[in-house]
Amino acid sequence: MEIMGLPLIYYGAMILKVLLAFVFVLLTVAYATYAERKIIGHMQVRVGPNRVGPMGLLQPIADGIKLFFKEEIIPSEASKFAFLLAPLVALIPAFISFAVIPFGDVIEIAGYKIPLQIAAFADNAGTVFDLNIGVLYILAMASLGVYGIVLAGWSSNSKYSLLGGLRSSAQMISYELAAGLAIVCVFMVSQSLSLHAIVADQAGLFGWYLFRNPFTFLAGIIFFICSLAEINRTPFDLPEAETELVSGFCTEYSSMKYAMFFMAEYANMVTVCAVTTTLFLGGWQGPLPSVLNFIAKVYFLMFVCMWIRATYPRYRYDQLMKLGWKVFLPSTLFLIVGNAIWITLFK
Amino acid sequence: MLGAYLPIIVLLVVAACFGLGSVVVSSLVGQKKLSPVKLQPYECGCEPVGSAQERFSIKFYLIAMLFILFDIECVFLYPWAVLFKRLGVFGLIEMGVFVVILFVGYIYVWKKGALEWE
Amino acid sequence: METLFFSIVAAIAILMSILVIRCKNPINSALSLIMTFFCLATLYVMLEAPFMAAIQVIVYAGAIMVLIVFVIMLLNIRTESGRRTQHALFLGAATGLFLLFQTWYFLSRSSLTGAKGAIDSAAIAKVGHTELIGQSLFTEFLLPFEITSILLLAAIVGAVVLAKKKV
Repeated sequence: MEIMGLPLIYYGAMILKVLLAFVFVLLTVAYATYAERKIIGHMQVRVGPNRVGPMGLLQPIADGIKLFFKEEIIPSEASKFAFLLAPLVALIPAFISFAVIPFGDVIEIAGYKIPLQIAAFADNAGTVFDLNIGVLYILAMASLGVYGIVLAGWSSNSKYSLLGGLRSSAQMISYELAAGLAIVCVFMVSQSLSLHAIVADQAGLFGWYLFRNPFTFLAGIIFFICSLAEINRTPFDLPEAETELVSGFCTEYSSMKYAMFFMAEYANMVTVCAVTTTLFLGGWQGPLPSVLNFIAKVYFLMFVCMWIRATYPRYRYDQLMKLGWKVFLPSTLFLIVGNAIWITLFK
Repeated sequence: MLGAYLPIIVLLVVAACFGLGSVVVSSLVGQKKLSPVKLQPYECGCEPVGSAQERFSIKFYLIAMLFILFDIECVFLYPWAVLFKRLGVFGLIEMGVFVVILFVGYIYVWKKGALEWE
Repeated sequence: METLFFSIVAAIAILMSILVIRCKNPINSALSLIMTFFCLATLYVMLEAPFMAAIQVIVYAGAIMVLIVFVIMLLNIRTESGRRTQHALFLGAATGLFLLFQTWYFLSRSSLTGAKGAIDSAAIAKVGHTELIGQSLFTEFLLPFEITSILLLAAIVGAVVLAKKKV
């Protein structure tokens, strides 16, 4: 039986993949908050959460329930529609950018080949068809994340929110630029925008784009740093500089709407780590079964994010803008030129 | 080919339902003891002074403007990078001219001090 | 199936673009415009032009609209002033009718979804849409491409001159 030229099992697999990936991101988000508190706790010779459940393992659930039953406050001065919309606008792009990331190899179920990538299908010969603009889709979703923050900041009608929202949106767009330029180095090597093709091209440790040549190595590092800045992680977490901006753009938010921004931040972290893994660290390629490779690499990068948070102090705003516009932007341009020359010389 | 895009819509619907659902349910089950003072915007405990939706510095506007321009440059780089090996040296020179012209613009912006954040 | 999907997306696009001009709050207008761009991107995908769809979202929804939202906030326009003249109404209706006629004319010569013409679906699936655009951009349309860089340079200079008057 076929619908729109595709066998029924394709639709079943699609729904299963969507739900699995969604639950995976949701659980990772919940336990990333726990892991972060635990890891930073131990790095600072504290124990971190240890009261709720064994080793505090039920802490995220307790937090979730608490936030769920909190009082919902909509400030009287707020622009209601935008105020209610903002958390959703922040959350949804964070989740749906996961759609194009290949989290495993092609598997075979009942004679049908199913690629472990949400927005993809395979024919019986095992050829995978995915979005041939995969990376651009991720960039497009990343460029929408700014609206959640700018809307939240503006609609709250509070000075701290507005300043936090403006600062963080200017920061996001500045670093989006450098991240977008750093990715160009990947395209020059891969000669494709399809994420499936990019991962397939990275077999073996020295096939990883990170280790292809010195320019892609630097591009990978710059991309990861810029992504951290784009999702407002430490050391670029200016919007959450409590000492000057209270809580930044989400000062006026409470209850589940506040939790949405929080979840969006961590979901963005998962996405950024997954994208970096896919573009530079060989995606699901590696010695373990494909999905486990992918998860291991993503979790390692998330650990690095937390490690960075425990290690570095926060940037000052002018330093942050200077770093983005005066260091990363020109250096990515030079990397592209260098990469072009390198590839032309050592074909 | 369009089949590959269908899951994105499904994921969008799932994410939207999750977000909307949890906001609606939490606003139903959450306690409600509102007072006019609680609904005021936060301002360190003082009475809020004026509206917050005021005019703000033109610097943000300039950043957004420059972002659009360099973003468009970026967009031109993507198809070039994908075709890089196929276009050969000719493509390299083409893009070289393009990038150099824009780099002149970048240096102008820098020299004019538009990237300073004072 | 695809025609049905097209109709839904097109209906949302029309509804959103009506909201752009009918919303009292300019921020809500801007949000509707972003939604309209999304619908346009979906239509591009259905026309098998995914690169255009991605650019539509990255440049229009993700960059230009950020500027517009900033400008709305910068000027702090709360609600529109409600000034509307008979003259403008007539001009608007005339332009609208002209555009409607144009849309009808081009739609009657083409299809709602799928690729037509010299480059068909098979070619797009085989080579990739980005690659096809790149191939014509960097060979056939080389001059316009290089002129774009001059245009962008002029815009950069213009932006700096506008925003940094005293320097």
